[in-house]
Amino acid sequence: MTKKEILVLEDLLGSNKKIAADIREKLSQKGILTVNLMSSPGAGKTTLLESIAEHLTPDHKMAVIEGDIETERDAERIRAKGIPAWQIITGGACHLEAKMVGKLLPEIPPDLDFLFIENVGNLVCPASYDLGENIRCVLLSTPEGDDKPKKYPKAFTTSDWLIITKTDLVPPVPFDIQRAIKEAQEVNPSLKTFTVSALKGKGVEELVGQLISALKKLRKDNA
Amino acid sequence: MHELSVVANLFEILEEKVREKKGKKIFSVKLQVGALAGVVPELLMTAFDIYKKDTIASEAELEIKKVALKVQCKDCHKVMVKDDFIFICDHCGFTNLKTLEGTEMILEKMDIEV
Repeated sequence: MTKKEILVLEDLLGSNKKIAADIREKLSQKGILTVNLMSSPGAGKTTLLESIAEHLTPDHKMAVIEGDIETERDAERIRAKGIPAWQIITGGACHLEAKMVGKLLPEIPPDLDFLFIENVGNLVCPASYDLGENIRCVLLSTPEGDDKPKKYPKAFTTSDWLIITKTDLVPPVPFDIQRAIKEAQEVNPSLKTFTVSALKGKGVEELVGQLISALKKLRKDNA
Repeated sequence: MHELSVVANLFEILEEKVREKKGKKIFSVKLQVGALAGVVPELLMTAFDIYKKDTIASEAELEIKKVALKVQCKDCHKVMVKDDFIFICDHCGFTNLKTLEGTEMILEKMDIEV
């Protein structure tokens, strides 16, 4: 018997990162801006997407990939708005991985402007998986509490944008928006922040404006 | 908890390396896991022990080296360890810090029988 030490130094998520980079390149080349939405369950990702759809269409074309542990409900809600949607049912897995998104690439219409990926509701695991997005958003809804950024740092340090949702509930919900933004920017100083109430339509226009700017920048960088 | 998914990825790499080296079995595996890697080392250990049954690593020991979050200030260039994950320079208060280590999840090495 010979014992041998093998030095490997390989990233455990290396295969996911490689697939994600490939997705980002393919979609970016087509001029499609891809946005990954992460949050805990019930923070309002689907409701925000419904509201974004009302602002973006018909001038822009968007589609949505929905990730859930079970049911096709979210995709049905998006389709009801006339938006193409694909449902990934993970069957128990707590996050989406790049290979799940990669399988859908052949079905993505090439003339899209925006592809939104709504991750499985979970503020922990999705943060470790690059899906090939251009912009990663973390949503924090006011009923969850303003102390979450430091309790779940990975979701906030890896995101580009923070979207505070359900602002219409303050008050009575005791959520200090400035404190939440301060805490989030302490773990990620370059985080861009938005405050919205998707149900009341407040703040969504500004968010959509930034999405359109990001799309223009992507296409300018491509040219 | 996605530790089991991570361990599944680990086993893909382990099996590939053992095949490459024409190894017979794995004695030990060493990982480096950053404080901001997004996984819990203890849960990785549990997931590894569940997953290894009936594999080439069925008797393998897993060792995890925890790596603290280390950053460098882009203004004063000082290097510091951040246990609180607050990205503000301890020395000059600048908020533009470069992450040097602490987000990684790496298979460092393994001992195999050849």
